[in-house]
Amino acid sequence: MSDPVRAIPDSAPAMPDHPPVNDWIHDFDHTDPRWTENPFPIWDELRAASPVVHTDRFHGCYLPTTYEAVREISHDTEHFSSRRVIVRDVRPETTGVAPPITSDPPAHKPAKQLLLPPFTPDAMKKLEPRVRAICNELIDEFIADDKCDAAARYTKHIPVRAIAHMLGIPEKDGDLFIKWIHEILELGIKDDAIMMRAVQEMAGYFSGHIEQRKKHATDDLITTLMNARDKNGEPLSDGHVLGSLRLLLIAGIDTTWSAIGASLWHLAKTPADRARLVAEPALMPTAVEELLRAYSPVTMAREVMKETVISGCPVKPGNMVLLSFPAANRDPAMFPDADKVVLDRKENRHAAFGLGIHRCVGSNLARMEMTVAIEEWLRRIPDFRLDPAGQVKWSEGTVRGPRQLPLLFGKTA
Amino acid sequence: MRAISATTEERLLMPGKLKIRVDQEKCQGHARCKSLAPELFNLDEFGNAHEIGDGSVPKGLEDKAWLAKANCPEFAIDVTEQ
Repeated sequence: MSDPVRAIPDSAPAMPDHPPVNDWIHDFDHTDPRWTENPFPIWDELRAASPVVHTDRFHGCYLPTTYEAVREISHDTEHFSSRRVIVRDVRPETTGVAPPITSDPPAHKPAKQLLLPPFTPDAMKKLEPRVRAICNELIDEFIADDKCDAAARYTKHIPVRAIAHMLGIPEKDGDLFIKWIHEILELGIKDDAIMMRAVQEMAGYFSGHIEQRKKHATDDLITTLMNARDKNGEPLSDGHVLGSLRLLLIAGIDTTWSAIGASLWHLAKTPADRARLVAEPALMPTAVEELLRAYSPVTMAREVMKETVISGCPVKPGNMVLLSFPAANRDPAMFPDADKVVLDRKENRHAAFGLGIHRCVGSNLARMEMTVAIEEWLRRIPDFRLDPAGQVKWSEGTVRGPRQLPLLFGKTA
Repeated sequence: MRAISATTEERLLMPGKLKIRVDQEKCQGHARCKSLAPELFNLDEFGNAHEIGDGSVPKGLEDKAWLAKANCPEFAIDVTEQ
């Protein structure tokens, strides 16, 4: 049987053309500037048209638009593979795997179980004081200015430093991680060479840390992974350890950066919600879930392996699937007033961390970081607003969040 | 699928003593139940949820049982009348 994927070039011009979209329903493109800026009306239009839409871009890609269609695909590992988790212009042979996110059953479960114990809610409680301190160290640096770009000065650094702390590597190496992530998740959609270089640089960096720990074991997540044993009692290969480290870094940083940033953006432009959260801190747990639902940062991907039907729509192999948890979370059939932020929403089965076996391994970490980052910001800076002289800029592609977030506070609020 | 109205309906239909059960095939460790109803659920070393004891819901905690069910993204929690 021929593999339809093989017919697709594994390299392409650095910047292939992405002509502007005129017909979202038959030609959608999640890298279009209008999608980046405000995807919500686009998703509503697509959902009204069909539970699954298709584009010929990216060598063929489906988009499930309803919660139900997203849920069906997430649970169907027989017809949909996770070997490629980003929809890109090229589909090179699958190298640089990052288990378990790029794993399918049966390899998935053992790879995931290794990572789960360090990320339980109890484990996160131990990390919380350090994250609270990180937030305050960052706020100390700009609070006297009465203004800041919160994406560059605050939200960006919290997850990087937290994950560095967990991995046992210097928090100051965070800028390096941010560069790699930008190259892999944003520039890499259209430029394969940049992506490969970033992956190699990251592998070199972590190989050094693995070698150090072979000489002197340390009490951190890298050592935990190196000490892990598979079901045959064998240690993981260096490649597996590297892949999991790459995953933790890529998946754990700009995702939470985006979630914290989008939350502050919402509170900056919605004084009633900001005042309510300051006055009623007991609302934080439902507020965090609601902000996760309304501004879910992460869109994943699947690859269609076998022909099937999703929500009545035929789905054919050779195509990718843009698995939009953010669009599912705006489906009014699942969430009443889906387009409104309701800080005390009682029933909220949002899919921000995915559904099924690939539930985000870091969801407890992300929730803790979001909660602490918003709490500390509101405690120190209860009154703030968007700077009308500045511009909010959103990231393109797979992870959506503010990359520039100019805020005014203190005397300028 | 629509949990919202169904849950309200179920709640009215089951005024008696409740019992909860987490389907281990469905639970993926989102941990929403533990956060909403820590009196009723425990997490194991992988972060997956289990009902505490035999799953009997002590009087006064019925609303938390329904809330946990209504917030489980995997539809893994069953609430039944004993």
